Amino acid sequence: MTRTETTGRSASPARPRALTGAGLGVYLAIGMYFGIVATKAEMVSWFRIQEMFRFQAFHMYGIIASAVAVAMISVALIKMRQVRTVRGDIIVVPPKELGRRGYRYWIGGTLFGLGWALTGACPGPIFALIGNGETVYGVVLLSALLGTYVYGVLRPQLPH
Amino acid sequence: MGELIAEPWPWYVAGPLIGLIVPLLLWAGGEFGVSENLRHICAAALPTQIDFFRYDWKSKGLWNLTFALGIVLGAAAASILLPPPDAVIAISDATAADLKIIGVETFEGLAPAQVFSWKGLVTLPGFVMIVVGGFFVGFGARYAGGCTSGHAISGLANLQLPSLLAVVGFFAGGLLVTWFILPLLL
Repeated sequence: MTRTETTGRSASPARPRALTGAGLGVYLAIGMYFGIVATKAEMVSWFRIQEMFRFQAFHMYGIIASAVAVAMISVALIKMRQVRTVRGDIIVVPPKELGRRGYRYWIGGTLFGLGWALTGACPGPIFALIGNGETVYGVVLLSALLGTYVYGVLRPQLPH
Repeated sequence: MGELIAEPWPWYVAGPLIGLIVPLLLWAGGEFGVSENLRHICAAALPTQIDFFRYDWKSKGLWNLTFALGIVLGAAAASILLPPPDAVIAISDATAADLKIIGVETFEGLAPAQVFSWKGLVTLPGFVMIVVGGFFVGFGARYAGGCTSGHAISGLANLQLPSLLAVVGFFAGGLLVTWFILPLLL
């Protein structure tokens, strides 16, 4: 017997997430949890986003900062303890590549910021706003899909 | 208790609850990043020769699309079962005063109805804020490789420098619109 045969579950080659992960009901439940919290914390409100960009309240900054803190500690623990997914694979959090001078991050990020302040919503809240009955945000979603498509078309020409 | 839950939730309750989504999705086998769904919808809905949309969206994205459907359903449940006691969101007085000065007339609901309604959509401010704004959200998120959930929360939590650059960009764009474009537009 060679040692390589004993590496077990963690050595399984990268499979598509949907096949290695939890059942879809689990994702539906986590999504509902997000939709409830985002709605009750008023993160989905254009008014709250304006308050944030005008630096006139701590609410949104408190949410983002405490969310990042909890997520950061969780990710550190997951890496340290080599926590496994529900199906038994070791959790790997892929790093993001900087690319050439980080062009895509600051140019793409700034363009996204323009849209964030205009619509008062980022993608998570767009879905939550539709759930809240703000039907015109369906148009925001369609436009965002068009923007995504146009990015896909122009991608080879854009600096990354 | 029921009344307490129906009140708007303070940041120190909501923030940690949002942060927990990162380990929950990692445990389930996914990763927190909502805007990927826009790409998956394009890949699923449009027969296309464009490389960026030619992949197996079901195996890569069905879990995330289900998560997004959950967001819609959870938000609907919260708005129906736990409606907020006040029709007007309690933003700071300073913000309300500033928004009045630049031309916001109504403060009921989640967004000003003069713009974010079917009537508002056919006005110039409505078209720019809804249609052009939505376009920038989609284009910018994919160009930057993520949105607020993917970069500002997942990425920063994983100490990623690219995510920090993206978040600086998010705020640069947002401040530009807030301070220079909205006053002209509204």
